[in-house]
Parts: sequence; C-alpha cells; structure tokens
Amino acid sequence: MNEVVIRVDKLGKQYRIGLAPDRYRTLRDTVVDTVTLPFRTARTLLAGPSMRPGNGKGTIWALRDVSFEVQRGQVLGIIGRNGAGKSTLLKILSRVTEPTEGSVELRGRVGALLEVGTGFHLELTGRENIYLNGAILGMKRTEIERKFDEIVAFSEVEQFIDTPVKRYSSGMYLRLAFAVAAHLEPEILVVDEVLAVGDAEFQRKCLGKMSDVAQEGRTVLFVSHNMSAILRLTERAIVLEKGKLVMQAPTAQAVDYYMSSGFSDIGERQWQPEEVPADAAPFIPLALRVKDRQGRVVDTMRSTEPITVEVEYKLSSPITGLRVGIYLLTLRGEYVFTSFDIDQPEKFELYGARPAGHYISRCVIPGDFLNDGRYALAVNASTFRMKRYFQDDRVLAITVDGTGAPGKQWPEPRLGPVRPRLEWQIERLNV
Amino acid sequence: MASILSSTKKRDDVLVIRPTRGVGALNLRDLWVYRELIYFMTWRDLKVRYKQTALGASWAVLQPVLRMVVFSLLFGGIAKLSYAGLPYPLFNFTALLPWTLFAKALGDAGRSLITNRNMITKVYFPRMIIPLASVLSGVVDFAIAFAVLIVMMIYYHFQSNSGFHFVWSWALLALPLLLLLALVTALGASLWLSAANVIYRDVGYMLPFLTEMWFFITPVVYSSSEIPEKLRLVYAINPMTGVVEGFRWALLGTQTAPGPMMIVSTLVALILLVTGLFYFRRMERSFADEI
Repeated sequence: MNEVVIRVDKLGKQYRIGLAPDRYRTLRDTVVDTVTLPFRTARTLLAGPSMRPGNGKGTIWALRDVSFEVQRGQVLGIIGRNGAGKSTLLKILSRVTEPTEGSVELRGRVGALLEVGTGFHLELTGRENIYLNGAILGMKRTEIERKFDEIVAFSEVEQFIDTPVKRYSSGMYLRLAFAVAAHLEPEILVVDEVLAVGDAEFQRKCLGKMSDVAQEGRTVLFVSHNMSAILRLTERAIVLEKGKLVMQAPTAQAVDYYMSSGFSDIGERQWQPEEVPADAAPFIPLALRVKDRQGRVVDTMRSTEPITVEVEYKLSSPITGLRVGIYLLTLRGEYVFTSFDIDQPEKFELYGARPAGHYISRCVIPGDFLNDGRYALAVNASTFRMKRYFQDDRVLAITVDGTGAPGKQWPEPRLGPVRPRLEWQIERLNV
Repeated sequence: MASILSSTKKRDDVLVIRPTRGVGALNLRDLWVYRELIYFMTWRDLKVRYKQTALGASWAVLQPVLRMVVFSLLFGGIAKLSYAGLPYPLFNFTALLPWTLFAKALGDAGRSLITNRNMITKVYFPRMIIPLASVLSGVVDFAIAFAVLIVMMIYYHFQSNSGFHFVWSWALLALPLLLLLALVTALGASLWLSAANVIYRDVGYMLPFLTEMWFFITPVVYSSSEIPEKLRLVYAINPMTGVVEGFRWALLGTQTAPGPMMIVSTLVALILLVTGLFYFRRMERSFADEI
C-alpha cells in the first residue's frame, strides 16, 4: 500500500495584487494613459494576463517551492495561519486555479470540497439542488439517483425536500449542502474548512462522516483551524508558513510546532508599523501585554490569581462603534472566551464614537478561572458587521500554573479549560 | 475516471497539473466527460428563469409577439400592408424567432461567468459549460415561440388575400441547420464576450448597446433585398443575416436565395466559434483569480 497518489513538486502560485502608483502623476501621464488605454486594454483582452512568473512589484507568491507526497489511504492535515497558502494549495489540487510553476500528479478521481452548497440556487427545491449540486461536484446522474434517499435522510429535511431552499433555515440549508458533499465518493478527497460552519451538532455529524471516509481507506487532504479535528482525523500533517512548507511530520508533532511557532513568549507583543496590514487604518495596534497583580509583565500566571490584559493602540481618525477585544484559546485552537471592551452597556453608551488618540483597553481575567496549561491570546478590533480593522489570531502564549488551584491535592490532570473554585454543599440525608 | 484539463496529460489514470504555456489545446473531450453537467446547468437556467413570474413560460411567447406587434404597427400597419409580398407580421415574426434566441443568448451568456462566479472559484469543471448552458436554454423558449409561428402560418395560409401560401419544400429540412447556425453564432460571440467580461466588466455595460446595434444590421424589420446588390456579401458578414434570411427562405419561401450570402455567414460564424473557443481556453486559466 505504499503507492503515492499525490505528488506535489516545487509548486508555486503567484498572484497579482493591486499596486498604488509610486510617484505623483502629472496631467501629461494621465492624458497619455487615457489615450493609450484602449490599446493596452485590447492587448490584455487578447493575450490574457501574463501567467509567466515575474518578480516585479505588485505580485506576491501565495505558494512557493512546495513539495510533498501522499500515499494511498493516508489522511493528511494541512495547517497554517491565515494567508499561509492553504487555500491556494487546495485550489490548485482541485484544479480551480492553475499553478504558476511546478507540478502536481494525481492518481484517481479527485473530489474537492472547498465549500458546501456550491451552485445551490435559492429558487430551486431541495430535490432539484441535490441533483444540480451533485452534478457540479462531479457525480453522475445515476450515482445521485442511487444515493438520493440516503442523502435526504442524512440531511434530515425530508418534509421540505420539495420546498425552494430559500425558505430553508440556515441550518437546514447547510445540512442539505453537506449531505450531498458527504456522499461524493472520490478516490482523493480534498476538504477545506467546511466544518467550521453550522452548530455544534452539525459539526459533530460532519466530523463523524469525515472519519468514516478516512476509515474507508480513501486519501484525504484536510484543512482546518480546529486542531482537535486535525489531531483526531489525520495521521500526518504539513505546516505552511507564508507560502512555504516548513514542517512535514506526524500530526501531533506538526500541531505542536504550529502551536508554539510565531508566539511571543515574554508576555508582551509589540507591533511594528510594517507588520500592520494597510487596511487596518485608522486602527494602529501597538502592543498586547499580560501583567500580574504587581503590574509586572509576565508570561506565566497563577491559576488562583487574576491577571490584567492590555491592548494598546492608536486611532489616527475617529471610529464609530469600534470594539477592541481579546479571545482566549487553548493551544489546540478551541475558544475559551471572547470579550470586548464595550461589552458592558454603560461602556457601550460612553464609547459609541471613539475620537482619534492613543488608547489602552484593559481587562482583568479573574483568578480561580483557568485550568493549568498553555493558552493563546488573540486580538480583534472591529465594528459589528461592518469592518474588521485588525485581527491577530495568535498573539501571545501564556502559561497558567495550577499551584493552589482547587483539587490540586490529587496530582491528576483536570479536563476542560476552566478550573473554577465552586462552593460545594454536602448534605447528609440519612441520619 | 479523471477528466482532463488543457494543461494536463493523461496516462495510466494519472492527472498532471502544471502551468499551461502558449495557446494550449482545446480539449473538447472534457466537455463530453461533463455532458451531464451541461444538461443540469441548462435545466437550471430554464427552471430559474421563470420562477416567481406570474406568467411563467408565456414570456417566451410574449416577448417576441409583443415586439412583432410593435414593429408591425411601426412598419407594417398591422396585418394589412404586405412587405416583400408577405404579410408584415409573418415576415417579421419569422425573423424575430432566431433573433430573440440570439439576443437572449448574448445577454445571458455574456454575463453568465460573472453570475456564476461562486462556482468558478470553488469547484473545477470545464468553464465553457456556463455560457454553453445559457445559450442552450434559449432553445426551449425558441421552440415555444415556434408554435406561435406555426399558428400564424396556418392563419395566413387560409386567408386568401394574405399573399402567403404555404408550400412543402425541401427547404424545410434546412431549418435545423439554420437553428444550428444561430446557435453557433450565439455561442461564438458569447465565448468572446463572457471571457472578456471577466477581465473587464465594461463588456457587461457594452452588451445592451452591442445587441441593439447588431439588431439594426440584421434584416429583422426589413429585408436584405433593401441592401444594394454590391454590398450584400459584405452585409452577410453578419452571420445573423444568413440565419434570418435562411429562416424566411425555408419557412416562407421568400425570393432571397441564401446562396453566396449563406456561405459567407456560415464561414464567419465558424470563424467566430473557433476563435471564441481558443480565446475562452486562453482566458479560462485565470478566471478563478481574476473574477
């Protein structure tokens, strides 16, 4: 069974990005540009955008020099931060886009799930969409007919199967979409973060189906931010960083590497101006700090003691509705909580519009709250449903030391990310 | 089972993905592998088109009929005046059928890639299926409207003073070929326009204007016999001229012999299709990145 079914060799993909003019434009430039525009346009229209690798400004390599092999029946996880090139890699493997250099060899029919419900049409009924979506995913009509009942049963939307999907709830829509995708039977399955949608019940169902697929001996490439899903489903994983493959190892090792790389361990993370994406403006993040009760910057805290988390930032112009907040995650990527500085109604009233200036948003994480272990702090500055100014998913790692925490008399690990000190009453009923 | 892209070669069921250089192959086999998707996409376009309309598929009839009424009022003085020895409504409607098919295909297919952007960025299939399905879905509308034409032909046939008498002739057999010519023209133009529209949305804004211009250089409201003899061959460079005059010749027995004009129209339509295919293939590689 040592047959290689996917061979990726020195794969690279270059994208053009919009480039701002780097010098003042004169009227003459504008006139010349306007006059020659139709000709330049005609040239682009006829020749197509240049696909040759270039190294000029205005292009970025989303993926470069990536090589790896996958054997038949192997389940490979692909992990990396946002923008590391995971999606680009999947898009090339599923032939949505062409590589700029390098090559891929695939043995067997490839089924790609970059999204569930691709091509679903709101005006069509559930039944019609099953056929349409199945065909788009590459299933034959006879195959769809054979699996039709199974798909409907899996989706749990039997009563509404002849209702246009625009009348479905979002949960029903997702279940139906995933049901079709789950019944695709390719030899090689490429799956993107499709499991990150839907409610917990739905996610459990998806994961269950995924592990079934894996057990049937099919080759699966799986991308996820959910490290516990990666650990559960995959044997090996590759780690991508800025378009390069930096690690290829058994999953546990790869996840550890990923989780501990790129972190600042000293209890403080400062952002240099060049590290901040241009679209964050007018929000300028300066630093995130973790402090103990004495106000010292620390990277390790006692489970029993409160710590202070500070986000320091500048606003170069006022933002209405801005909220600055933190996420706390376990190193496996599971969220512990999310909190924003204007969560409280009175703060919300007070800071509805934040004028330009230099700020610190500070909060206290209480003692007797976190279990011992390592946690990641992430930061987010956004306006509700309008714009995400800045987000960094893995800013700082902090270590929580459980000395003195409830239950420490037993030297056993406690499950779960929190370790609250609960008031127990013990009542004896039979005297 | 793996199907193949222009940039890929198949041996022992191995699919090789690498950057395409140069023009690249047309690889029409890929379309054959995905033939069921062509069917489903056409079917979807049809299903969706008249959903939530009060009149449903009657629009397929109403659109050309209403246009015919307007043109007859403007140019024919309804049913009375004859033109080229034929009742004007009949003269006009026969041409409106293939024209409507063509104009609709141009409009729908030209924007089709943008409308289906979501599919293009998420899943692989031969992209050509999208404009192709848009063009094909018009054939059903055409068939429905054709029934109206038959009714009109029967009506005028039994009206003794109408000037129209239906005669069976071999020319009728040319009808499917003429329909094919209309489809080839529509597909050729759509391939060019839809692919160009991905890079420059200007094409989308240009479409209604282009269709309008095209309408005036096609003999729908008038006959090509109005065109000076010397210019007719130049006039026939517009493939729709051949289609429209061909329809009149096959169904109504007009004098206009399709001969040399037909050859010019057919050649141009084929050139349009082949260049359209290559152009589409060339642009297809960057669709997912540019759209």
